[in-house]
Amino acid sequence: MPELTPALPEIFLLCALSLILILDLLVDDPKRFITFMLTQAALAVCAIVTISTASSTVVHTFSNMYVSDMMTSVLKVGVYLSVMTLLIYSRRYIQSRGLCKGEFYTLSLFAVLGMMVMISANSFLTLYLGLELMSLGLYAMVALQRDSSVATEAAMKYFVLGALASGLLLYGMSMLYGATGSLDIGKVFIAIKSGQANQNVLVFGLVFVVAGLGFKLGVVPFHMWIPDVYHGAPTAVTLFIGSAPKLAAFAFVFRILAGGLQPLVHDWSQMLAILAVLSMAIGNITAIAQANLKRMLAYSTISHMGFLLLGILSGTVNGYSSAMFYVLVYALMTLGGFGMIMLLSREGFEADKLEDFRGLNTRSPWSAFIMLLLMFSMAGIPPTVGFYAKFSVLQAALNTGHMGLVIAAVMFSLIGAFYYLRIVKLMYFDAPVDDAPISGTSDARVLLGVNGLAMLILGILPQSLMALCELSIQSSVAGF
Amino acid sequence: MIETLVFYFFSAVLILSSLAVITARNPVHSALFLVLAFFTAAGLWLLLEAEFLAIVLVLVYVGAVMVLFLFVVMMLDINIPKLREGIWAWLPFGALLAIVMVVEMWIVLGSERFGLAGVIAPEGHPVGYSNTKELGRLIYTQYVYPFEIAAVILLVAIVSAIALTLRRRKETKSQLASEQLAAHRQGRVRLVSMKRAD
Repeated sequence: MPELTPALPEIFLLCALSLILILDLLVDDPKRFITFMLTQAALAVCAIVTISTASSTVVHTFSNMYVSDMMTSVLKVGVYLSVMTLLIYSRRYIQSRGLCKGEFYTLSLFAVLGMMVMISANSFLTLYLGLELMSLGLYAMVALQRDSSVATEAAMKYFVLGALASGLLLYGMSMLYGATGSLDIGKVFIAIKSGQANQNVLVFGLVFVVAGLGFKLGVVPFHMWIPDVYHGAPTAVTLFIGSAPKLAAFAFVFRILAGGLQPLVHDWSQMLAILAVLSMAIGNITAIAQANLKRMLAYSTISHMGFLLLGILSGTVNGYSSAMFYVLVYALMTLGGFGMIMLLSREGFEADKLEDFRGLNTRSPWSAFIMLLLMFSMAGIPPTVGFYAKFSVLQAALNTGHMGLVIAAVMFSLIGAFYYLRIVKLMYFDAPVDDAPISGTSDARVLLGVNGLAMLILGILPQSLMALCELSIQSSVAGF
Repeated sequence: MIETLVFYFFSAVLILSSLAVITARNPVHSALFLVLAFFTAAGLWLLLEAEFLAIVLVLVYVGAVMVLFLFVVMMLDINIPKLREGIWAWLPFGALLAIVMVVEMWIVLGSERFGLAGVIAPEGHPVGYSNTKELGRLIYTQYVYPFEIAAVILLVAIVSAIALTLRRRKETKSQLASEQLAAHRQGRVRLVSMKRAD
């Protein structure tokens, strides 16, 4: 009988999810609010369970396939909070687009469960299964808007390329299994460290694993799906894809590369360096040419993922914790950015073009200010938190002697600042073309305000979050 | 000796039929070649003493999934010439990539680097060994966590399939069992007395 206590959050969420699935059958469309509340309650209880069962030591269970440490708890709470926030942001949006079905909420919860499995996985098997559980929920959510041909096309592209990436990942994992004889991250580490495993096969497997991870993270040259999917999916789903899954993806990359394949750090850090530079270059330069805000944010995601890799590739505790800090901040920024698009959208109108932000300051100074903070943070302008996140990643890369990479990163983020600041210019210095009043539920507006101000507050006082990231990574690395 | 021969036979058929799956002009032929590929893969698993998995592969994939797939392929009206449009524009690029990829894999995985010498052959199983029993034991003990996740993945598949395909159209003629049962003869049949025409 395996020890079940460490996996209590997953077990609770699965039970709550099954219950919501059944209760939702008894609710008809006008009363979908009940499902929404139940989903929020399930996530809130999950957060409480996760925090109360969190331990500062590393706990393994289910024959070493499940791991719980401080990093898993922090990332899981991050996932719950971002999903709770995005469900509040998107409530009016999905109502006005006929997406407000029970499946939207249950599939979100399934995806959350998948992310939790990924974050807590300690074996190639559970890593892969968690990834599939998350992805399947997301594919279906993208396609949920059936009468939209753009959404269907996006779902198809997402599904086919996602399946291809899973195939690459599995092929790489099978090579690693062949070379080391184990699926367990800890045993893979020991087998590689001992030097018994065939080096050629290991590197061959590593190439496929990195390519698969590259697809899932959306870094150049595996980024082709990102703009189309971000653009085509309903904004509520784009927000989902863009925020919480990146936290899980970070845990995934961390477990595989920094955990199992740590002895191959010289090999993978070179691969990641190429991916990082290409992502920052293509992401930032292509984003300038976009007239659609969702597409622009998609390219901005690509460049942010490049920065994330910059932190990971330094291969030190400092680098990992700055990458973790970066991914948490990134999720917060994305929530705000897409949340603003949804706030400005209304029935039959999608505020996803740059034009729609023209003169926002005269329409609603508060919204414009929040958007200003978000854009400053994405561009990395002090005193917002985006600056500190970029700074700590660059410092970690500099400490390990990646001078060239750091210079390139700074150059490309300077180029990137142009398109973020263009939005600020449109909002403050242009006359509005659209003067419809900004609607939106009051809870979403308040939360969006908090989200925007968090950029400023975390930017001035980043130490506590940074310390939390460092502590979690240290406890996690000690468990390898 | 005979085992090696059987292995190479199955492997050769597997590779050729997989190639045929992607090169066949007719989608129905593709599907049938896929069936052949599954059969030969099952043969390879039998050689590895994994009888249960071999039988399940044939039963589930060949028996259920592929039959369903064949039905779908036969019912769809696929415009093949249109699908093949533009293939020549992309062929040189794709072929170049594929050749580079194959050469790289050959260099890395060539027999002098990835030979049999480096891999220890697994020991054979004792006489009374039951693959089915062992599989059942492992799935419910050591692998219970991934097994449960796999079950949840199937649940997601069911939920999303229903969410994506179930649509209530206004013109759909659906049966309402309660109304059907509540029907009386009076509501359906009207007896009209008619005069006989003389």
